[in-house]
Amino acid sequence: MPHNLLNVITLVSVGAHPVTGRARRAEQDARAVELGLRLAGKELQLLHAGDPQVEALRAYLGMGLAEMTVLQQPPRADVVPALGDYLRDAGAQLVLTGSQAEVGEGSGMLPYLLAEQLDWPLVVGLAEVESVTEGVAQVLQALPRGQRRRLQVRLPFVASVDNAAPEARQSAFGPARRGQLRPQDVAVVEDMLLEEARLQPARPRPKRLKVIKAKTGAERMKAATAKASAGGQVLTDMTPEQGAEAIVTLLRDEKVLR
Amino acid sequence: MTDSLRRDPRSEWIARNRLHPLHASMQPLEASWVGPSGLIRKNPHVLGFAGPNGLKRIDRSGAQQGGSRQRARVDAAVQLPLHIIEQPAFHIVVVPDMVGGRLSSHDKDLFGLANTLAGSEGAVVAVVFGEHKESAFDTAGIDRLLHISSEAVAGYSPEQRVMMLRAVDAQLAPRHWLIPDSRTGGGELGRRLAAKLGERPATRVWQMADGQCIGRAGAGQQDLARTAPRLVLAAAECADPVGDTRHEVRAIELEDVLVHGAARLDNRGAVAVDPALTPMAEAEFILSGGNGVRDWDLFHQAARELGATEGASRVAVDDGFMPRDRQVGATGTWVTARVYLAVGISGAVQHLQGIATCDKVVAINQDAGCDMVKRADLAVIGDSTAILQALIDRVDALRQGGIRDAA
Repeated sequence: MPHNLLNVITLVSVGAHPVTGRARRAEQDARAVELGLRLAGKELQLLHAGDPQVEALRAYLGMGLAEMTVLQQPPRADVVPALGDYLRDAGAQLVLTGSQAEVGEGSGMLPYLLAEQLDWPLVVGLAEVESVTEGVAQVLQALPRGQRRRLQVRLPFVASVDNAAPEARQSAFGPARRGQLRPQDVAVVEDMLLEEARLQPARPRPKRLKVIKAKTGAERMKAATAKASAGGQVLTDMTPEQGAEAIVTLLRDEKVLR
Repeated sequence: MTDSLRRDPRSEWIARNRLHPLHASMQPLEASWVGPSGLIRKNPHVLGFAGPNGLKRIDRSGAQQGGSRQRARVDAAVQLPLHIIEQPAFHIVVVPDMVGGRLSSHDKDLFGLANTLAGSEGAVVAVVFGEHKESAFDTAGIDRLLHISSEAVAGYSPEQRVMMLRAVDAQLAPRHWLIPDSRTGGGELGRRLAAKLGERPATRVWQMADGQCIGRAGAGQQDLARTAPRLVLAAAECADPVGDTRHEVRAIELEDVLVHGAARLDNRGAVAVDPALTPMAEAEFILSGGNGVRDWDLFHQAARELGATEGASRVAVDDGFMPRDRQVGATGTWVTARVYLAVGISGAVQHLQGIATCDKVVAINQDAGCDMVKRADLAVIGDSTAILQALIDRVDALRQGGIRDAA
């Protein structure tokens, strides 16, 4: 890989298992680490802001990294200023994050705020770094439905990854135990949001009902008895060529035939 | 056509003239009358109307009168009342996604929410970037339309768009910004704007009322309830779309537009992706094979030729023709394709559940009476091998022709 000179920092967080709620490595952050490992190999730096005692952080080290920097922050602190200050002096060319946290507010604002604070460009949904030449990276951005868009962006930049990034490798137990968590003392900024907001178990959202705004009985009857969709067109007794022609016409109308 | 009933002197004259050949047909048919013995007689044939299924329906609300056939009115399109805001007290700005140049259902939900927030004093402003094909802005609930069609904001240009939106913020000072929290652009644009304005947004909001909002937090296991901030990224179905008013869609202009600074993200366009690697759950176009496929090599060739992601029914997977992860249906993958082309699939209930959200379903089948043909928007009855071969030839010819046209 030609990216060995790239200086990459991946920001990681503590996730929560979707069923049991136990602390684990966050899914998207692990993908960001995987992408970082492909770009920078063993030179990849991991950065976490929070409690260095959390065992789940070691799962990232188990992906093949020797150490991780932890900016010591209490729970419910605003980590963006601390991360921004650290990254400004760290000399990173690429900062990778997941797109949203699995616990807490999970607003997905962190990469945007960091990019704004550092005044770096931001790539949302990074899927792959194709090449880096003379300080300009050519990257692929993931779009819905598996589509990709090619972007050119000047280093250094912040990138968030989502589920289109390469799947994370397994975490090995031995390296995870041997890895070093290096805590650093930094200034703490209190987050005022949870003073007034409260977290509560997610309520299932009501299903939207079909509202019938009929004024007369006839309209109500029509709405109640009409089928959602009338059957489509059925072509019988055709040659295969005529059938194929009809299908191709539909595919071209729907613009799926490229 | 006006709704007013008009006199027809000629038919009135025919109705008076008992010697006229059309006299009988001009007589109003009585639905009920008192018979010679004093009993009430009824003629059920003149009552009612044909329902949507062809069954006769009788409306007993009194709105319909028997024997009024000559006076059948043509139902004109109902004109909804126009909602006019002359001097808005405040603005609610919505930035719709406009996927494919049209308002999506997510956008319409946001306009519904914006209208409840605006009430009768505020104005709902829509900021639309680039070209659009939408013609129903009025019934979606848009009081003011700010259409920015400058060169700089065409295509994928989040940084320039955020600059424009910051100018909008300075000009209108909206009470709320509402942006769809979607993967099709709104989520990114809204968060960029929040970072630029220094506002702390509420994200994935699904309920907003009385100055409070509730949104999903974390990985969706928790809700965050808080006072509604100025910038809200709302989820789909956060409110009901506007349905019973028309709005005036008055165009407004952006004063002092200045786009400065070169774009730091350079868009190099879409990249061709291999459809075989697209996850089936989010593939746009799926070619799915079932028990009726005889020649699987031809099926794979057709998928390559059409550029479709391959799927299969349970029978095809159980018989070993396709891998298990390609199974579509209740026990396999629930797909969301826009176009689903089913070859030789009869349409078991479990399979039809799996394709429930597909927009267009095309079926190729031997049996015209099977459930898949009933579900399909287009069904071609015939031998699957012959039709697949014809399809490959046709697409091949099209591709060749396209290359020749380009050259």
